[in-house]
Amino acid sequence: MTTLAPTAATRRARAWDTFSRNRLSWIGLALIALIVLAAIAAPLIAPHDPLEQDIVARLDPPSAEHWLGTDTYGRDVLSRMIYAARISLFVGFVATLIAMTIGATIGILCGYVGGWFDQFMMGLLDVMLAFPTLLLGLMIAAMLGASLHNLIIAIAITEIAPFARIARAPTITLKQLDFVEAARALGFGPVRIMGVHILPNMISDVVVMGSLWMASAIRTEAALSFIGLGVPPPAATWGSMIREGFDNILDTWWLSVFPSLAILATVLALNLLGDALRDAADPKLRAE
Amino acid sequence: MDQAVAAKEQVAAADAAVLDIRGLRTEFRIGGQWHAAVRDLSLALRANETLAIVGESGSGKSVTALSALRLLPSAGARIAAGAVMFDGRDLTKLSEAEMSDVRGNAIAMIFQEPMTSLNPTMAIGDQIAEAIVIHRGAAWSSARAQALRLLDEVKIPAAATRLDDYPHQFSGGMRQRVMIAMALACRPQVLLADEPTTALDVTIQAQVLRQLAELKRAYGMAVLFITHNLGVVAQIADRVAVMYAGEIVEAASVADLFARPTHPYTAALLRAMPRVDRDAAGLEPIPGGVPALTAMPTGCFFAPRCPLRQASCTAQHPELLRFPNGHEVRCPVVLAEAAR
Amino acid sequence: MMTARNEGLEVRDLRKSFVIGGGLLRRAAATIRAVNGVSFRVAPGESLGLVGESGCGKSTIARSILRLMELDAGSVTFDGIDVRAASRVVLRQLRQRMQIVFQDPYSSLNPRRTVRQALEEPLRVHRRGSSREIAEKAQAAIAEVGLPKDVVDRYPHEFSGGQRQRIGIARALVLDPDLIIADEPVSALDVSVQAQILRLLEGLRARRRLSFLFVSHDLGVVRHFCDRLAVMYLGRIVEEGRTADVLDRPMHPYTRLLRDSSPLPDPGARIALPAFAGEAPSPAAPPPGCPFHPRCDRADPKCREELPAIRSLAENRLGACHHPMTASCEHTAASS
Repeated sequence: MTTLAPTAATRRARAWDTFSRNRLSWIGLALIALIVLAAIAAPLIAPHDPLEQDIVARLDPPSAEHWLGTDTYGRDVLSRMIYAARISLFVGFVATLIAMTIGATIGILCGYVGGWFDQFMMGLLDVMLAFPTLLLGLMIAAMLGASLHNLIIAIAITEIAPFARIARAPTITLKQLDFVEAARALGFGPVRIMGVHILPNMISDVVVMGSLWMASAIRTEAALSFIGLGVPPPAATWGSMIREGFDNILDTWWLSVFPSLAILATVLALNLLGDALRDAADPKLRAE
Repeated sequence: MDQAVAAKEQVAAADAAVLDIRGLRTEFRIGGQWHAAVRDLSLALRANETLAIVGESGSGKSVTALSALRLLPSAGARIAAGAVMFDGRDLTKLSEAEMSDVRGNAIAMIFQEPMTSLNPTMAIGDQIAEAIVIHRGAAWSSARAQALRLLDEVKIPAAATRLDDYPHQFSGGMRQRVMIAMALACRPQVLLADEPTTALDVTIQAQVLRQLAELKRAYGMAVLFITHNLGVVAQIADRVAVMYAGEIVEAASVADLFARPTHPYTAALLRAMPRVDRDAAGLEPIPGGVPALTAMPTGCFFAPRCPLRQASCTAQHPELLRFPNGHEVRCPVVLAEAAR
Repeated sequence: MMTARNEGLEVRDLRKSFVIGGGLLRRAAATIRAVNGVSFRVAPGESLGLVGESGCGKSTIARSILRLMELDAGSVTFDGIDVRAASRVVLRQLRQRMQIVFQDPYSSLNPRRTVRQALEEPLRVHRRGSSREIAEKAQAAIAEVGLPKDVVDRYPHEFSGGQRQRIGIARALVLDPDLIIADEPVSALDVSVQAQILRLLEGLRARRRLSFLFVSHDLGVVRHFCDRLAVMYLGRIVEEGRTADVLDRPMHPYTRLLRDSSPLPDPGARIALPAFAGEAPSPAAPPPGCPFHPRCDRADPKCREELPAIRSLAENRLGACHHPMTASCEHTAASS
């Protein structure tokens, strides 16, 4: 016998150690926390009502009254942005959660059952993965029509295949371990084995990718909203706000630039956090 | 005058031992604190001899070899004290560049799992030749020719056709021989072998052990052989050191150790081993387990499990002393009985 | 529940092949006959050792008996019931009576389940009583394997290799099986711990009247634990008989090679291998005739052409060899 496998406690300690030492992970965490808090506290911190129109002050550049300027209808850009955060975060989170649940289930089934089922499903998923995310989302959203629910569904569908992939690999590895064979020898059914013996041992692999895929979801949402397939007006999302300022971008730059920065900050934060989580959880990616 | 005499004595002593480990103490960082995995270990490996270090997990036997070649992980492990004298120099004090020069050259090491010490993406002929090129500065073609010669020496059948094969194309026993060939490429003076046959089938193990013995004679090497298997020890060793919880508890020639196992741990191990040639009346297990590095008992480390335990055993940590029968043993209880 | 009259385990002519290198669009590269016509019996209360080196098929057999892997051909009968043809319901019943203990203590327990959960789960799944009865049974199993009561709420990573192996054994016992298949149960343990676990298994065997199919590569361990021994080579049994007899007076040359290669803790008895060494051939390309003939110093043309069938070589001894060694051949000194 040479080395002992690290205990779960040691792994957690090491994971936390890696995570906390990485400065970027703290930046990501802080940034996303800030954005989430701002979204939750929107009614408290937004200086103006996002729907309040002030035609006199329409298309005003940033000023003391309107820090980030006003849009075509005189609505305060800053307030709209803060409220838009709610929609973007909500859509991103829920879509990713749905995709994670469905995708992981499919992945575990494929990995455990194997055989023709696995080959067939993987083929299907590969077809889905062959489409660029945006294109796929666009097709589905166009078919379903523009609404908040349909947006979530469309984005969730684009992420199912990646999560299935992510869940399938550890399932195949775990299936071959002795304790899974022991479960079969003890007469346990496949549902119990998948739910009790396989899932808890790989769930962290899946959840850790959630942050990265939520970033992707938010980007997709922004793009779809930009095209007009997102949440219908007068609700504000970052994507539709960018679209507003797009036609006259040199003159009314503030309408596009600030929402873009908001998307940038959110996606960056989620990516930093996601990378850090993934590095902390995966022993192979860390330098010893 | 005294200095000259002392220096001469030192040189004379150094001549006797090819690899001289003195008072080695290796520590690992666990939970923020340093704990000793090997403590106060002294071994002298002489030319042309096979010294076996035998112990169970947690005995520190592998750590000893890794410490000698400075192959410990850089974070969380350190050589806290002691010296490893080789060729007039203390290996613990050399720079990494100087150590690279020693490893694979004057001191070679082979491991338990050949798949992880052979590069899976390089042909084995190239791997062996690489060592020769780096350490001897030979030309590539000459190094390849030497690699072929080495493969023949370790009896790889049809070696010429296998020079360009990859590790996965060899069986376990063959891979181990390739690893031995690689270790011997630069004619080392010392070979450290860390459980090289543990993962092999028993018939292959017998062949590899025999081959190692022949090569040792042919190359005039000193071999430090680490294992947990007392049968293997009896098979190949000239001298034996038994380790428990980071220290040597008994050291003797192989014939003496098996004829008169003196330390209670050695005796207990032999009583716990089932033998293929005897209907054992009953195996005697050793109760308890090896203490964790972070929770070493006071006094003698083996006392909690020892059938000869007395009150004085937990009070003071015993020294390694030379016994009337020639063994070095770390047990005052047995010493007192022997003196009688 | 232990039946009063149990007919034990009987396997006949088991066969299992693996195809490697195949795929949807590629031709199969090779067929490996992992198990090539194996038959044996394990009577109730008996312990049969299945020994051999890597690639001989012993682990495949162990898993196939429990249908963790499906065989290609052959029959497996336990207590008169056909295991291979068993329906899901019957298989569930059978799986409570035949259990398995694994080699690697570090992968045989689910790291996310406490000891209590691991032991109670089989009892719950098979509805073996009320919650309280189940909890008591789990505690009893823990005590039976020599672990203290307070371990039940701990996780596997808090235990040493030997302790984990005990927990694995407790889990196998909790359904009161009649037969235990032990796949190298002590190979991954230190010598001192090995002896503890062997003693535990012996005690269990005596108290519960268990049968054992003990798979191992270690002849010393097998000699200590098994009443009878079957030696396997490249998917076939080459010799079978009472353990002490087979090891002291082997009749098949491979058995002799295996025994002679096992190092003894005695420097005066160093191994002197016969001049003919060589390695086991790849199971994908076994030699014609007797599979052992390339390594055998007694081989003749018949051995190279004709596969020896397993037959009775002596009283209580089966073997597959054209020229088995008898007592008079035993002392032929092997040249080193």
